[in-house]
Amino acid sequence: MDMKRDYYEDIQLFQSGVVLFWTVVLLLVLFTLPLVVPNYYVYLFNIIMVHIILAVGLNILVGSTGQISLGHAGFFAIGAYGTVLMMTLFQLPFILAILIAAFIAAFFGFILGLPALRLEGPYLAIVSLGFGLTIMHVIGGVDAFGGRMGIKVPPLDLGIKQLGISWILTTDFHKYYLILIMTIIMVVGARNILKTRVGRSFVAIRDSDIAAEVIGVNLTIYKTLAFAVSAFYAGIAGGLFGFVLGFFDPFTFNMILSIIFLVMVVVGGLGTILGGIMGATLITYLQYDLLKNIAEVPYFGALMVAVSKQWFTLVGLENFSSMAIGLIMIGIIIFEPLGMFGLWIRMKKYWMTWPF
Amino acid sequence: MPVGQLLVEGLAIGACYGLFATAVFWLAFVITMLFSILLGVLIEFLFLRPAKHPSILGMIVITLGAEMFLMGLASWKWGAEQKFFSLPLNPSVTYEPVKGMIINNWAIAVFAVTACIMLFLYIFFKYTKLGVAMRATQQNKHAAKIMGIRTERVFSFAWGFSSLIGAVAGMFFASRATLDPAFMMEPFLRAFAAAVLGGLMSIPGVIIGGALMGLIENFFGYYWPHWKPIIAFIVIILVLCLRPSGLFAKHYVKKV
Repeated sequence: MDMKRDYYEDIQLFQSGVVLFWTVVLLLVLFTLPLVVPNYYVYLFNIIMVHIILAVGLNILVGSTGQISLGHAGFFAIGAYGTVLMMTLFQLPFILAILIAAFIAAFFGFILGLPALRLEGPYLAIVSLGFGLTIMHVIGGVDAFGGRMGIKVPPLDLGIKQLGISWILTTDFHKYYLILIMTIIMVVGARNILKTRVGRSFVAIRDSDIAAEVIGVNLTIYKTLAFAVSAFYAGIAGGLFGFVLGFFDPFTFNMILSIIFLVMVVVGGLGTILGGIMGATLITYLQYDLLKNIAEVPYFGALMVAVSKQWFTLVGLENFSSMAIGLIMIGIIIFEPLGMFGLWIRMKKYWMTWPF
Repeated sequence: MPVGQLLVEGLAIGACYGLFATAVFWLAFVITMLFSILLGVLIEFLFLRPAKHPSILGMIVITLGAEMFLMGLASWKWGAEQKFFSLPLNPSVTYEPVKGMIINNWAIAVFAVTACIMLFLYIFFKYTKLGVAMRATQQNKHAAKIMGIRTERVFSFAWGFSSLIGAVAGMFFASRATLDPAFMMEPFLRAFAAAVLGGLMSIPGVIIGGALMGLIENFFGYYWPHWKPIIAFIVIILVLCLRPSGLFAKHYVKKV
């Protein structure tokens, strides 16, 4: 089915005319979508796309390189704060600010990659968790970063202030197109990274780091590089996320957020671009829309309200989303370790080989 | 294996104490302990056992999932706001055995309970059949299985024990601070820093590491109180860079 005859067939962006056709259709839908849906959903789409950038980046680290990170909220925070501070303190244009912030995040990723050379599995997870908490405390403790009170983002100005060019995006509708273009660039970039020498080195490290070292993959360089690339993605996502929210404080980037990011990758499917996209979409939709307004869901919502009144508290019903996501995490590992990507592959195989 | 467990433990207590808050303290205490053992075993049985050959990432995700589930359940029942919790130990009753050294009832109780648990664990791992089986399973699961150890059952016991100890620790922490579903996150990172400092896999190392960690944190916190929460992370990074096996554990290299 997916037979490759030569190397160029493997690295080309569109495997066949069918893929190209559906990609074009998808892009057309994405570009016309905000014209037809209500404004609240545009906001939701913005958050989903930001999370897609992050999940794709995290998937490079967790899925392809096999290093576990529970500290991506830290990089996310560095991206958000970095972008806003660059724009307010140094009056940099948005594009430059977000790139610098992402490179700062990548530098911190490199730093976090250093202990990863000595640690693996659960221990690395704890260190990265500590990193996330530390970043949260440091940002909360420094008054220049807005402290615990949070920080308000400046207007999103795509022009260059120094030259007098100004192009301010004010509504979610305008931001949607900026974020969509950034998402497409980042996703295609991630896909290309994974198809090159660097990506193959990552996969070799995941499968067996000792064997990878024997065949000549420099572990020091590639492990820290994986962290840096992943942190870069998180930084870009964080910079955009700040402008979607409009206002944030250090506790926006708490530990639960890091766990949610990891869940997106695991639920979507490890080591695949499509997996990251599907996981981010599903989990964000559940968290921000369906489970948040669980009481308004027809039939089921009424049941939940009744259950809450009888045995639990109605105030605590919003915590149902964390319960549901916890169950999804456990269920996906037990029943479908490949995640949603595994389901997708199974469906595809079924239709392509039908009626056999 | 033991990493994710600690995360879960904290919640057990939050959940339990709330359940039995109305009862008499000692009755509530006993029921909570029993419940925490049951909860640990149940999590192992329901969530970890059905996963066939999970990777380390899979285990972490399952334990985190269990944590989020319990946390959500606890917040659903009691709300996410902080609650007050106190042991029947009055911290204002103080003694001064040596001049300048003041300890209160709470500290004495913590010390006594910790000593009992340490002694129990030492004897348990050294002299009982189950303890030896647990160590064997930790070192090599397949070899242990071949030797006739039911490793699944060993895991169940391990979860039960660690959940019990976590519940005891959680009670002491909750009586010092306040009780909310996420209150065990801070101590957890600190505990891990202590274990790394002393050397993982070594009980004396963990004791000395814990004591050192407490001293470091309080001296640091005395001079820079603002940055006290991040000292645990700095200690972890420094120890890993300078002496990865910890201060007291013997370094052994695992063969391919």
